[in-house]
Amino acid sequence: MKGQIYFDHAATTAVKPEVIAKMLPYFAVDYANPSSVYSISRTARHAVEESRETIAQCIGADKDEIYFTSGGTEADNWAIRGSAYANKNKGNHIITTEFEHHAVLHTCKQLEKEGFEVTYIKPDSEGIIHTSDIEKAITDKTILITIMFANNEIGTIQPIYEIGKLAKEKGILFHTDAVQAVGAVPINVKEMNIDMLSMSAHKFYGPKGIGALYVRKGVRPQVFMQGGAQEKNRRAGTENVPGIVGFAAALFDACMHTEENALKLGQMRDYLITEVMNKIPYVKLNGHISKRLPNNANFSFEFIEGEALLLSLDLEGIAASSGSACTSGSLDPSHVLLSIGLPHEIAHGSLRITLGDDNTYYQIDYLVEKLITIVDRLRKMSPLYHEN
Amino acid sequence: MEYTKEVMEHFVNPHNVGELENANAVGEVGNAKCGDIMRMSMYIEDGIIKDIRFKTFGCGAAIATSSVATDLVKGKTLEEALMVTNKQVIDMLGGLPDVKIHCSVLAEEAIHAAISNYCETTGIELPGLKKHCDGCCECCKGEE
Repeated sequence: MKGQIYFDHAATTAVKPEVIAKMLPYFAVDYANPSSVYSISRTARHAVEESRETIAQCIGADKDEIYFTSGGTEADNWAIRGSAYANKNKGNHIITTEFEHHAVLHTCKQLEKEGFEVTYIKPDSEGIIHTSDIEKAITDKTILITIMFANNEIGTIQPIYEIGKLAKEKGILFHTDAVQAVGAVPINVKEMNIDMLSMSAHKFYGPKGIGALYVRKGVRPQVFMQGGAQEKNRRAGTENVPGIVGFAAALFDACMHTEENALKLGQMRDYLITEVMNKIPYVKLNGHISKRLPNNANFSFEFIEGEALLLSLDLEGIAASSGSACTSGSLDPSHVLLSIGLPHEIAHGSLRITLGDDNTYYQIDYLVEKLITIVDRLRKMSPLYHEN
Repeated sequence: MEYTKEVMEHFVNPHNVGELENANAVGEVGNAKCGDIMRMSMYIEDGIIKDIRFKTFGCGAAIATSSVATDLVKGKTLEEALMVTNKQVIDMLGGLPDVKIHCSVLAEEAIHAAISNYCETTGIELPGLKKHCDGCCECCKGEE
């Protein structure tokens, strides 16, 4: 992506060179199957187990509570479907939110077709879920609460500690899709009473195609991937050894620098927000001003459409994302923006900027400068906009 | 999804953007809910579209199809303009992604809406006028 300014770190991140370096030996040198008996497979086994230990430590879990998956989507599917079916003798009710990632939402929709009942909690206008709303939704049939740690579009961080406490008091399993939060904010699954937590390595400068589900000891979601005896018989398939090694290396680095990165990105993000709000009229910041991921800014520019905005930014070498319908090929704009009560036309004009390690203040200034011109040009073309 | 260079050219440098001050035919189709609104204003004299401008709220394809549609009808008689189809708009753009076909339909409808407005105010009757967008996005999906 030479010559591109990348502002889409919530979509994915570049793998760090030092992470790649750690992964490399496991492709062609120490490539043995970790489940084999001969001596060279022990190197691979050791790498997997050492990585598991590192990852566990980063989220306050025990080593044997980490199960590797192909990514966040599989972890979400497994946690939700697995828990629903493992507990269907206790009840058939699941509580989630309207603005989950599709990996959670579509899994819940499918479970509804299979006879489960799902309550979708609505976030408030700032994108925060209220624990009291979850409490009201609990019935004696509720078997699972699944609430995202941080929203992928508007970055809002949910009251996970309170939700965990509530779930524990009520004796209900609590899963959180923490794909956007892991590595970005401090997480301790024990203190937060989290029973299951999904993560994905490519969101924090690790490789794609590898993730994990943390499953608290004693919690047993039904086996999702059938096959060999890997992951203590709970997730079959030969381990993605280089991926696992890269996952651990990237997460270790993120966890060692969580505070420092959050401070740096948060300041840059606040600068971006201030610049955009001050220099461009008719713009709205979506999501809570402070209860959000340090790297996330999500704006709605009135009177214009997000895809046209993204195309224009792309022509200037800037990569960003939008909740506009036109970027997804569907007719409806982002379900996240609609869930916080944005009218369709405002949701269509959204722009998500997610910062990362490689961004600079110079790039932010460039973005704002280009945005001013692009937004003005598109507004002048818009029948909704009337200059006064 | 990728746009052709023709779409990008019309998106970057659209033709006939704006609002005609002396317009005697104005049509607006689409709605903000679906993310596309096209407004066309024409100056019609002696049954000929002498001048035309458009304003569009929408994606890159919506802007490009508006631009091409205005080119296609400018200088044409009303009868000729009504023969312009969304297929022609698509061809001029070297193709459109499937999910963007509706933008070309909307452009065709915007022309009909403006001419229809002219017919209403002048009392002229023209065959071949289509009814314009009723806000049902699904209706135009896949129409080619």
